[in-house]
Amino acid sequence: MNAPNDMPDEFSARGPRPATETRLWLAQRLSAMVLGVCVIVHLITIVIAVQGGLSAAEITQRVGGNPAWTAFYAVFVIAISVHAPIGLRAVLAEMTKLPARRVDLLCFIAAALLFVLGMRVVTKFHALGGGL
Amino acid sequence: MSEETITVSVWRGDGETGRYVDYEVPRMESQTVLDVVTYIQRRIDNTLSYRYACRVGMCGSCAMTVNGKPRWTCRTHVSKVAPDGKLEVAPLRSMNVVKDLSVEMTEFFDKWARAEGKFHPTKTRHDDFDPVKPSERKRKVASAGIECIGCGVCYSGCDVVAWKPNYLGPAALNRAWTLVNDTRDGGQKARLAAVAGDAGCHACHSQQGCVENCPKHLNPTASIAGLKRATAWAALKGDLE
Repeated sequence: MNAPNDMPDEFSARGPRPATETRLWLAQRLSAMVLGVCVIVHLITIVIAVQGGLSAAEITQRVGGNPAWTAFYAVFVIAISVHAPIGLRAVLAEMTKLPARRVDLLCFIAAALLFVLGMRVVTKFHALGGGL
Repeated sequence: MSEETITVSVWRGDGETGRYVDYEVPRMESQTVLDVVTYIQRRIDNTLSYRYACRVGMCGSCAMTVNGKPRWTCRTHVSKVAPDGKLEVAPLRSMNVVKDLSVEMTEFFDKWARAEGKFHPTKTRHDDFDPVKPSERKRKVASAGIECIGCGVCYSGCDVVAWKPNYLGPAALNRAWTLVNDTRDGGQKARLAAVAGDAGCHACHSQQGCVENCPKHLNPTASIAGLKRATAWAALKGDLE
């Protein structure tokens, strides 16, 4: 509808970096597979954890200082930091008129925030050890 | 003469502005939407512009938006789409209007070219025929998408095209996928680079508006999914650089 007829050359429509775009797409699919497993484990854990009421002490006792849970949640955070910003990038590119570089910058910041904040929780819990 | 009629709202405009104009058209047996539009042009207002050629679902030139959905009007029966006797006919979405129901299809077909939708021969007339068996897997995959008539219905029905004007769209990508599966073609690397990325197959959200509306019952979404797989492998091998 609004397609410009004065495209500078035939490459303008295909997106500037086919390899990068494809790798991002692939990274989002692969992280989705990881997230699929992580979310199921996470949901089952929530259902089991709330059986006897929810308390910080109980969560800390289970997760705190446990290398397996720390590794699990670290993988979870990494997968989210990869997956969500790529999706956000597509939404911003489609639904806003922001320039591509601005969108990339915003999504990079989103990825960094998700990673740093997520990892902060994971490492703090690990440092707490098995009790408050 | 008190014959049964149908009320038809037809978009009249010059591309910049326009409005719906109502016409009363006699209802006939086995009447198609194209019959209705033709009746208006021949009997009521000969300034109405629209496009058609074959009238039998082969040429792909008569597509319009009928009661909100993109359709091939020559094969769309009024009884099927307007059971309550009301018909609204508009130009295809996501294409510039030339006049009334005629749309500018240049951008639509330019995108086929941008998707490397042409055959790149690898042999000359002096070579022998290249046997492609109907039973070959690639031949079957190509056959599934090859019957496209280029009507633009899928393109008009695609929300991603509406949101992202440089998106190549389902028809061009479906065409590219049939060629990716042509074992005689020598332009695969350039084609995969052309359809990869955000203006190409990776923009598709698999909403299947194209599948829903395609009058030939093709599945461009499946073709685009094939391109996503093919480009992903090519990216891993470094063939998209």
